[in-house]
Amino acid sequence: MSTVTTTTDGTGTADRSRAAVRHMLARIGRYVFLCLVLAFFALPLLWLATAPFDDTPTIGTSLPDFTLDNFRALLDNPYALTSLVNSVWLAGGTALLVVTFAALAAYALSRVRVPGRDALLYGLLLLSSIVTGTATMVPLFELAFRLHLIDSRLGVILILTGGLLPAAIFILKDFMDATPTSYEESARVFGASPLQIMRHIVVPVVRPGLATVGVWAVANVWGNFLVPFLLLRGPDKAPAAVIMYTLYTEGGQADLRLLSTFSLLYSLPVALMFVFVSSRYGFRFHGGIKR
Amino acid sequence: MVQVTSRPDETVGGARPDTGASPAPDAAGLGRARAAGFLVPSMVLILLFLVVPAAWTIYLGVTNYRLTGLAAANPEIVGLDNYTRALTDERFRTSLLLTLQFVLGSAVLGQAGLGFAIAFALRDRRGPLRRVVEAFVLLSWILPSSVVAFLWIALLDRDAGTLNALLGTPGMAWLLDHPMLSIVIFNTWRGTAFSMMLYAAALENVPRSHLETARLAGASTWQQLRDVVFPRIRGHVLTNLLLISLWTFNDFTPFLITAGGPEQRSEVLAVYVYKVALSGGELGFGAAISFIMLLINLVIALVYLRMLGRRKERA
Amino acid sequence: MSAITLRELTKVYPNGVRALDALDLEIADGEFFALLGPSGCGKTTLLRTIAGLEVASGGTVRIGERAVTNLPPGQRDVAMVFQDYALFPHMTVRDNIAYPLRIKKVGKAARQDKAAATADELGLSALLDRRPGQLSGGQQQRVALARAMACHPQVFLLDEPLSNLDARLRLEARTFLKRLQRELGVTTVFVTHDQAEALALADRIAVMEGGRIRQVGTPTEVFRRPANTFVAGFIGSTPMNLVPARVDGDALAVAGVRLPVPEEARGEVTDGEHLVYGVRPEYLDYSPDPVTDALTGQVVVVENLGSFSLVSLDVLPAEDGTATSVQVVVPEGREPEPGDTGWVAPRPGRSLVYRDGELVGSAAAPPVPAPRTGVGADA
Repeated sequence: MSTVTTTTDGTGTADRSRAAVRHMLARIGRYVFLCLVLAFFALPLLWLATAPFDDTPTIGTSLPDFTLDNFRALLDNPYALTSLVNSVWLAGGTALLVVTFAALAAYALSRVRVPGRDALLYGLLLLSSIVTGTATMVPLFELAFRLHLIDSRLGVILILTGGLLPAAIFILKDFMDATPTSYEESARVFGASPLQIMRHIVVPVVRPGLATVGVWAVANVWGNFLVPFLLLRGPDKAPAAVIMYTLYTEGGQADLRLLSTFSLLYSLPVALMFVFVSSRYGFRFHGGIKR
Repeated sequence: MVQVTSRPDETVGGARPDTGASPAPDAAGLGRARAAGFLVPSMVLILLFLVVPAAWTIYLGVTNYRLTGLAAANPEIVGLDNYTRALTDERFRTSLLLTLQFVLGSAVLGQAGLGFAIAFALRDRRGPLRRVVEAFVLLSWILPSSVVAFLWIALLDRDAGTLNALLGTPGMAWLLDHPMLSIVIFNTWRGTAFSMMLYAAALENVPRSHLETARLAGASTWQQLRDVVFPRIRGHVLTNLLLISLWTFNDFTPFLITAGGPEQRSEVLAVYVYKVALSGGELGFGAAISFIMLLINLVIALVYLRMLGRRKERA
Repeated sequence: MSAITLRELTKVYPNGVRALDALDLEIADGEFFALLGPSGCGKTTLLRTIAGLEVASGGTVRIGERAVTNLPPGQRDVAMVFQDYALFPHMTVRDNIAYPLRIKKVGKAARQDKAAATADELGLSALLDRRPGQLSGGQQQRVALARAMACHPQVFLLDEPLSNLDARLRLEARTFLKRLQRELGVTTVFVTHDQAEALALADRIAVMEGGRIRQVGTPTEVFRRPANTFVAGFIGSTPMNLVPARVDGDALAVAGVRLPVPEEARGEVTDGEHLVYGVRPEYLDYSPDPVTDALTGQVVVVENLGSFSLVSLDVLPAEDGTATSVQVVVPEGREPEPGDTGWVAPRPGRSLVYRDGELVGSAAAPPVPAPRTGVGADA
């Protein structure tokens, strides 16, 4: 009797301890993996955190002798601050156009039956995902040249807007589709005009969608290098993306003080925007992607 | 939810459902004219800056148009010469092969694999570890490309780079000796965030009860993945793979790090087009290569829609 | 003053579906009127056409003295409560209720007072500053009703008003709704697919099928004298028994027995004619002992429904040999056992005969019923 009990107890304990060990190993494995991931993703970013404040910045990452003097280099460079202003203009202008136009188009597509609407939308989305950027840089350059949009901020804004619109319409249409038509019908029965319905009901209800698309457009333009690089000639109009590139490719030894502080200043707005968006709306996927 | 005490439905053929959200053709009373007006600005910009360039690529591809010189003034139609030249060009074929390596290595294996692994490792975690990991992964995604390009140049620097200092390999010229490996790892680092977020969202859709059932049946982590998780998120995987494949295929960022060098050993197609057309001035030839790229993109996209469509049919 | 008159109303969708087929209907001023039917029968389309959300393809709509067929919804002086209530999620309860007045350009202070007063009537005062997302289903429904009331429309239109509530709340809301309509006295049209809801709430019911009205009448009329076999099967928590029959001299041969021809059909039928004999389970009396003028058969199923049971009997096969079963309601305490043989006798004046699906009888409802016709004289 007692032997039996011992045996079962014995195997039970062994099983349990083996399971516990395996569980433990899995836990450790997971932590090790996550630490490696953290190291991989953090390593290249460390320089951005240390070099701008280092008395004598080098290309390697090291504990800084803290100083803010490096930021003076920004003021000494004629293009550094202007380029950030240029970036603000490009990003702001594009985001404004994208949000406005995409909202109007998405609303019409969501609410009025247009023959072949879905095919049109998918076609455009496809086109935008394959045409934007590199594959059409030759004709884009040509087109800009003929429309006298070379070296023009407006040209960059329009071209970027054209490239971002299909995806923006797609995302916003998802938001609009998710909004019950009974809201608008209800307002209509009370006598609201289409424009009143837009102002009172539709825009407030889809505001998260508008914000998402706006932020997405700003982030896209802020980092875009190719289009302004192709179309803008002089450094006085160039946005930060292009100036950043010229800082480390042109003219011999790069000025690491300037480069590090400029990188930080240029990165800060998108990082802050990211923090804002993720705390306000949660950085999650909305519709669109999942289809 | 609706309690039906009436007889079975006798639906009029094709009539819209009687209850629920009404798919009224025009909920706000917009009218066709105003709706068309709403569409005009977007359609004009899309037509002008997306459709026209795409069509123009086809035309330019059959000319000998150049940025400068005689052929700049009056380009001639040269038929398919550009295409035959491209397809027989060693540099083009190498570039195509490098692009393939780039897409498979950094997108399919790198971004999707690592993104899923991170999402899976974090799936039931809340709290600071998850937030910190996610923050760094996302940061590498949202920072401007010219900044991160320089960060990687600095990291991989031959003389004073942080990586060589860490590994104890001073003087190792990563960008010169292993340019492809460098940009593959760089692009993995750069783009994993998208896959991670998409898979995190997908994993939340896997019902907890299914995983618990599998665990009760004694399935290992790998078996749970294979039998429970993957079948549920197949659609997400497909969407993810093909989007990141398209993006990576057209990515110009490698130019910022290696500029295609050394000796064209990291010259992916996007960089090749730039160099041929805009640095080299051969706009016609560049357009022909662009068109080949468009076709490859189209094939990728069609495969994607096809597979997605088939998945929907099965559902 | 605010009666609703529909003439030849037709709605054809672009895909060719005829949702409303030359429909005539009059809804009296102050009436609580139900549009009842299965999904796809056109009832919601009819409601939306009255509201102006759908444009009629033909025919006219009059509200009170005005022809409104081509007026936009905002000018028809109607208010509609949607199935999902359509409360604007970004506005407080106060702003939601005041919204119709905002459109009518009533000053801010005035409309807020009015909203508060309306909310008070419906017991919503404590909720004025909440948003719709913070309300229960029942509260949301009251806010939607308050918003509809706030602008004093001539007509209320309610789309499936109770379907978004859970079963218990639904009974409460039903009583509330009927009382509110009594007190306001406003012409109210509502759509439902639930016959019990229509019987309980409405003054009159229009039963619809395939874009047409199959019968209009009071709940009693529609329940006791369905004008056709469609309505007979649709109305009632248990459908009417419909058994093949043949006229045999001065009697009907039904399931192997001879029953007298229902009074109202006498003289309307010819010898040898094939008809359908109809009687509700509630109007049959079960007896374990033989009785005259009764169907007979073997008990197969007994379903206990609380205070009564629903008993199914397999009666004798019809003349063509098809097996038929009949259901009968038996009060508690008198339930038979499966296997028993029983007799079921129709109550006088409660059995009907149908020819080609239409009720046979001198007082049968005309094909296009005007309100308050003489049907139900036998009630």
